[in-house]
Amino acid sequence: MAFLLTQELPVEHGGFGGFEYALLLAVPLIPLLGYALQMSLRKKLPWGDKLLTLGMGVSMAITVFMAFKAIAASHHEGFQFFHESARAGHGWSFKWLYHALDWDAAKNISVGILYDPLGAVMLAVVGIVAFCVHLFSQGYMHGDKRYNIFFANISLFSFAMLGLVLSDNILFFFIFWELMGFMSYSLIGHFSHDPDNPYFHRWASWASKKAFMTTRVGDVLLLIGILMFFGWTDPELGRSCASFRFTDLWAFSQEAVQAHQAAGGVGFPTWMTVAGLFTFGGTVGKSAQFPLHIWLPDAMAGPTPVSAMIHAATMVAAGVFLLGRMFPMFSPEVLIVVTAVGATTALFAATIGMTAWDLKAVLAWSTISQLGFMVAAVGLGGVTAGMFHMTTHAFFKACLFLSAGAVIHACHHEQDMRKMGGLRKRLPITFACMLICTLAIAGVPFFSGFYSKDMILLSGWAAILEPDGFTGWSVYATAALSLAAILTAFYMFRMVFLTFFGTYKGEIVEGHHGHGHDDHGDHGHDDHHHEIVHAEDGGVAHGHGGPMPKEVGWQMATALVILAFLGFFAGDFPSLGWFNIYHPHPWFESLATLESLYPNVSGWMVERFEVSEHVEHMAHARAFWGSVLVIAPAGILAAWFLYMRRKDLPAKITGALGIVYETVANRYYIDEFVKAAVIAPTFALAKLLKLIDEKIVDGFVLLVGAVNRLLGGFMAAFDRVVVDGIVNAVGLVSQTFGAVSRLLQTGRVQQYAAFAFGGGLLAAAWLILS
Amino acid sequence: MSETLLQRAFYGVLGLVTLAALGWGAATAGPAGVAFALFAALTLGGGVMCIWERSVVRSAFALMATFCGIAGLFILLESDFLAMAQLLIYVGGILVLILFGVMLTPPDLGERSLPRIGLGAAFVGGGTLWIAAKVAASANWATDSAPGEPTGNEAFSTAERVGVGFLDANGYVVAFELAAVVLTVALVAAVYIARRKRADLVAEPESGTMGGSR
Amino acid sequence: MGLGAYVAVSAALFALGIICILVRRNVLYVLMGIEMILNAANINFVAFNRFGDNGLDGRMFAIFTIILAAAEAAVALAIVLNVFHLFNSVKPSEADLLRE
Repeated sequence: MAFLLTQELPVEHGGFGGFEYALLLAVPLIPLLGYALQMSLRKKLPWGDKLLTLGMGVSMAITVFMAFKAIAASHHEGFQFFHESARAGHGWSFKWLYHALDWDAAKNISVGILYDPLGAVMLAVVGIVAFCVHLFSQGYMHGDKRYNIFFANISLFSFAMLGLVLSDNILFFFIFWELMGFMSYSLIGHFSHDPDNPYFHRWASWASKKAFMTTRVGDVLLLIGILMFFGWTDPELGRSCASFRFTDLWAFSQEAVQAHQAAGGVGFPTWMTVAGLFTFGGTVGKSAQFPLHIWLPDAMAGPTPVSAMIHAATMVAAGVFLLGRMFPMFSPEVLIVVTAVGATTALFAATIGMTAWDLKAVLAWSTISQLGFMVAAVGLGGVTAGMFHMTTHAFFKACLFLSAGAVIHACHHEQDMRKMGGLRKRLPITFACMLICTLAIAGVPFFSGFYSKDMILLSGWAAILEPDGFTGWSVYATAALSLAAILTAFYMFRMVFLTFFGTYKGEIVEGHHGHGHDDHGDHGHDDHHHEIVHAEDGGVAHGHGGPMPKEVGWQMATALVILAFLGFFAGDFPSLGWFNIYHPHPWFESLATLESLYPNVSGWMVERFEVSEHVEHMAHARAFWGSVLVIAPAGILAAWFLYMRRKDLPAKITGALGIVYETVANRYYIDEFVKAAVIAPTFALAKLLKLIDEKIVDGFVLLVGAVNRLLGGFMAAFDRVVVDGIVNAVGLVSQTFGAVSRLLQTGRVQQYAAFAFGGGLLAAAWLILS
Repeated sequence: MSETLLQRAFYGVLGLVTLAALGWGAATAGPAGVAFALFAALTLGGGVMCIWERSVVRSAFALMATFCGIAGLFILLESDFLAMAQLLIYVGGILVLILFGVMLTPPDLGERSLPRIGLGAAFVGGGTLWIAAKVAASANWATDSAPGEPTGNEAFSTAERVGVGFLDANGYVVAFELAAVVLTVALVAAVYIARRKRADLVAEPESGTMGGSR
Repeated sequence: MGLGAYVAVSAALFALGIICILVRRNVLYVLMGIEMILNAANINFVAFNRFGDNGLDGRMFAIFTIILAAAEAAVALAIVLNVFHLFNSVKPSEADLLRE
């Protein structure tokens, strides 16, 4: 990266000011720096939390500023915002591998920034939500044992998400994707380090592992998809894409499809369908679509700010963002699969959300449902609608989660809605924010969610009404989404009515005041296995009694207000369509058109997905009137009726539904199924392997050791007998020599004389006789 | 009792051998031969007796017989001066010294049993003889004359000749002088070595040195 | 008698002298044996002198031998007496301080 600081920038760009480039680079790097500082200095960093929040605020400011420039540019033709080469298909790229290793084959592996409309908006969303979460956490996590590390972790997570949004190639996208997965693991498991808190302690460690493992399945599929798109040699074109950049991938897919069609095939080549399905697998994992949705409800074991940021606004949206980036490469078959999965998930999650009693669980299921909406929208061809809903959903869902956090905090960590009630007078700000965002999610006009949901239903109707588009899946999707919207309105208002209206049903114990999250005693849930949370006890976390709930501090309130404001306004400002409700022109719609999203393949995309004016009007009418007249009112009225007027009715209904209700409330027993079908066999295999390792491998090692010992014994015996024997023999020879020689040294003169004479005799004999 | 029998047997054998030698001498060379045999028997008999005798005194006198026999042999070899010198010095000096030694040391009963090196001694002695025999057998004994026949220069008798030789500058005067020095040194050395130490003088337990001879 | 006879006598006396040294357990016998050996050598000298050039050399050498034998006998006796005083025994095997 030192390259980037020098004058010589081997960067392919031209004209876009280096200042803006540096600003965009600073956006993810500021939280990264915050993380590094906090983790290296730990407690010695003064006001670490405020410093990191401030840093995040600076990043947010930059992103918002740049986003405003983008929005303004979209409304005024000729405003030089996007670099020319961005329209021509290049962002800024730095061929890092090629320059580092001087390796010809790596010419196409680059790293760079792609700042297009979608990226601009997403960046601002992430920046705002991250900043609000930082601010909120200062109040919410006050007193936590690992307070500073929490801030460091969410800063690092922000870095990962911002990097993901900015990256111009799928490889680095994937790298940041994985980093986010790991940060999700760390953050969900934040309470797992606290053995004093038995409920969260065990649940958090289990949930973090579950989240990581489940998204991992999706990540593997995504990686296969990426590599297929990178390296598969198209049979018609005779070459592979050999580049990770989005713009190159789009251009290549257009060429491949057109070559395929020119050669007589219809539709997309098969390999692209397969690769597209694998890529969608990543979304299924990360965005908690059926069947990989199981981790999201358990991810509520993490602190509420984590739930807000990661599992409502940003990380789960990354899967949808992936769909947006890879949209040109999905064949119609893939889009059918996408639609089906998304619609099913939306409906299925909404049904479960109706039965949940835990405040955060309701929101978790609602998140899954809304993600299903987004995914289905993209599948139906309305990529703009899906991205728009992603944007608005980020704001209002984050606000909902943070408000829920405020409520839980005020109720002394009571999360069961049956123990709440009447809180609107005690927590007015929280109530206001939550009400605004609930109205948004229910799709009430003027609120942001209405516009985005309207666009989604419009896409659905357009897909039905298109002359050649009347496929069963479109009908199914539109019907499912509409039904899910009704249910969404219903259970969200159910939540509001249970929490804020009526009388407070929690325990009131004087004396407890102002404590953190981790100085709890036993919750009475010790023997509760939290891998699967059953419906008998509502599967909720119980707090303990405390004084009457009171409103939150200024930091939390500020964050809530900012997000609620955006939850209201993010739909249709600053367009003049404010008063023209029937013909809204949401800013997003003109910002993120098919042309501006995929500039180098815009003609091809328009040809595939553009709908005619006539169809659009008809679809809009049906969607609009359906939303206004049926969906929102039906849901809200049903909730009001059941939870405000006839409060005995819900119990009777659930009793009447009996086993149906039981199944839905137990999340269709999917968790049990996964445990039996996937987890148990894996553990059994692990046990078997362990047994093999112990018996066979260790046995073999021990055998080797025993053989060694045996050999050692032989060697020792050999050494003792032979070697020592030789040495002893030598000594014996010396001794014998000495003993013999000693006989000569008798000290007796006559014997010496005898020897002398004998020797002389022998000498004489030899001399004379020889 | 068997001891005396052995003694007598031995002496008998010795006498017989002597007589045989005399007879052989007479047979081969007449009176000169007898003389030679007599003196040879005296020499060798004395030597055997010296070894054989149990008493040291008797051995000493046997040695005297040996010296006398050798003197006789010298005479037979026309070395009269040498014979006289032999008698004077050996018998008169050396033998006396030996007798002094005998007197100054305790009596030794002389065990008959063969000492440990008896075998070695036999080997050495036998070996010597055997070597000599081999050498003798291989030598060419060209003798000039029989004994008793003078040869060479008779101008001087042996004594004169020896004396002139002692003083002759081309002869043995240096050796003569050196011999004198050696004798002096030996005299001094003998006196020094044999002196009584002070310790012996102070505490003198007369350990039976004068045990007398039997 | 010829030279051989004298040499024979000399050799026999020499052997006897060796045996006398080695066999008897009295240092005085060692002295006597030494004298016998020297005398045997003398006989040899004189015999070869007589049956050779009948000159002076052998006889002179014999004289010197006698002289030196006398000197040696004197010193030897002194040593014997010293050894006797030291070891209190005439047996040469008693004077084995040089053993090993």
